[in-house]
Amino acid sequence: MKGRVWRFGDAISTDHIIPGRYFYLRSNLPELSKHILEYERPGFFELVSAGDFIVAGHNFGLGSSREHAAIVIKMNGIQAVLAKSFARIFYRNSFNNGLPAIICDTERFMEGDIIELSIEGGQIVNHTQNETIHFTPFPPVMKKILNDGGLVEHVKKYKDLKLV
Amino acid sequence: MGLTLAEKILSEHADREVRAGEIVVAKVDLVYTQDGTGPLTIRKIEEMGLKNVYHPKKTFFFLDHAAPSPRFELSNDHSFLRDFAERTGSQISDVGNGISHQVVAEMEVRPGDVVIGADSHTCTGGALGAFATGVGSTDAAVAIALGKIWLRVPETIRVVVEGELPIGVYGKDIILHLIGKIGAAGATYKALEFTGDAIQHLGMAGRMTIANMAVEAGAKVGLFFSDEVTRNWLIQMERPQDFKSLSPDPDAVYEKTMVIHSKELKPTIACPHQVDHIKTIGEMGNIKVHQVYLGTSCNGRLEDFQIAAKILKGKRIHPQTRMIVTPGSRRVYLEALKDGTMETLIEFGAMAMPPGCGACVGLHEGVLGDGEVCLATQPRNFKGRMGSPKSFIYLGSPAVAAATAIEGKIADPRKYL
Ligand code: SF4
Repeated sequence: MKGRVWRFGDAISTDHIIPGRYFYLRSNLPELSKHILEYERPGFFELVSAGDFIVAGHNFGLGSSREHAAIVIKMNGIQAVLAKSFARIFYRNSFNNGLPAIICDTERFMEGDIIELSIEGGQIVNHTQNETIHFTPFPPVMKKILNDGGLVEHVKKYKDLKLV
Repeated sequence: MGLTLAEKILSEHADREVRAGEIVVAKVDLVYTQDGTGPLTIRKIEEMGLKNVYHPKKTFFFLDHAAPSPRFELSNDHSFLRDFAERTGSQISDVGNGISHQVVAEMEVRPGDVVIGADSHTCTGGALGAFATGVGSTDAAVAIALGKIWLRVPETIRVVVEGELPIGVYGKDIILHLIGKIGAAGATYKALEFTGDAIQHLGMAGRMTIANMAVEAGAKVGLFFSDEVTRNWLIQMERPQDFKSLSPDPDAVYEKTMVIHSKELKPTIACPHQVDHIKTIGEMGNIKVHQVYLGTSCNGRLEDFQIAAKILKGKRIHPQTRMIVTPGSRRVYLEALKDGTMETLIEFGAMAMPPGCGACVGLHEGVLGDGEVCLATQPRNFKGRMGSPKSFIYLGSPAVAAATAIEGKIADPRKYL
């Protein structure tokens, strides 16, 4: 499925993704998700459409362990987050919720580019730039979690952790 | 070839010898969440179709971020957590007890444990020689319901801090200096292991400050040997039986070793809005400060308050600055009351908040307005963390906090020592 690129920089923290001041909305995810990335991109909630991509630089998702950060991205219909690198807790949270966190060279992606992700093929086609980028394959355990539809679904299926 | 601390602890919990890079399923000794991550954790347990808590006596729900609750929505979350704890026989640490990481360090964490917390600063427990790491709510849900977690055994960066710390330089300055060197992602997916004579002589409070901020360099865990300092801490906490000595093998394999020479360290500041925007105090210039915040899981211990009190004693707060002190736990609060530290701080002009996270995360008890500047002892300074996205957070040691409250601008504590 094709989608539009929303371009962000380095060091986008979980505080940027969903600010601490909305702590009180954490049990109200539909409301919380309206505040996605609002300091970085005011009105992002209104702008983003299902199937779009967040594309960022280094260390995406650093900071707090709030899984709500990955969840609000997913709830806003983002297909995947592409970044040069991810902070580790966000990386886990993202896969746990069935949101692919893709490590690749994002340098040449531009705001508004139309791109297409093939998870099986390990590649992203940038239709705007006429370019294909290969991404670092997922670690096998992440692949397994993703294929099961997230960690909740995995545990539901096996009634256990069956990842190794 | 020998094992690092991380490899040792994870081998023991995976029932086989494991090395950096392997994926393990490890038994969990202690698991906890806080009021911002706990409700989602419970919902995840329910979504998984699981009902029971694997080890109720070793499962804690902390009410520390919004404590006491400033909004009814959060009060409802608190009730939800209390009900679940009651239903499952697991433990609630209620409003006023203190910050999760401080309370578990006092009461629960043992050297050699695997500790999982749904809070990024769970790594504070590394100060006691525990493999303590932060996760999200789903991973915490698995740890609570199944008593285990999957982990990638991390490579280790060994950090040797040599020599004697100069006057006015503390654990906070060591870790800020390190983060300045390696950057906020410098240890991503890795373990940090701290050693050297400066570390050996650092008390548990300083070790906890360093371990707490390991995650600010991206690390999974910040580990310390379990030694005499650890033993004394456990004796002080009235649980000497929890002590066991723990150190890496002499021929352990490290990804790299970094050496920090203590005598070169100075009071160090992280500038807005990134924790790796590091300057030494001499490079700061004239930064007027509206609010000084002393506390948090990073520097909310008795020793931190004593350092500040020593500098402030007999002085008055700068008229254009306010100072908030928030003890990390009820125990810290009581000790600071009994030994007169709290009196010194209040006489100076500070105000005390109940034990908990307080102003750290912008919820209550010192929310910053547009254009306001705060010097805080907390571990993070992201844009908007303490309130307005137009405010500015500088991070420094309790000594810098005290000197700053006297002068109303970011100040060098060494002239008061
Ligand atoms: S004091 Fe601050 S950093 Fe520590 S646990 Fe609380 S909110 Fe997190």
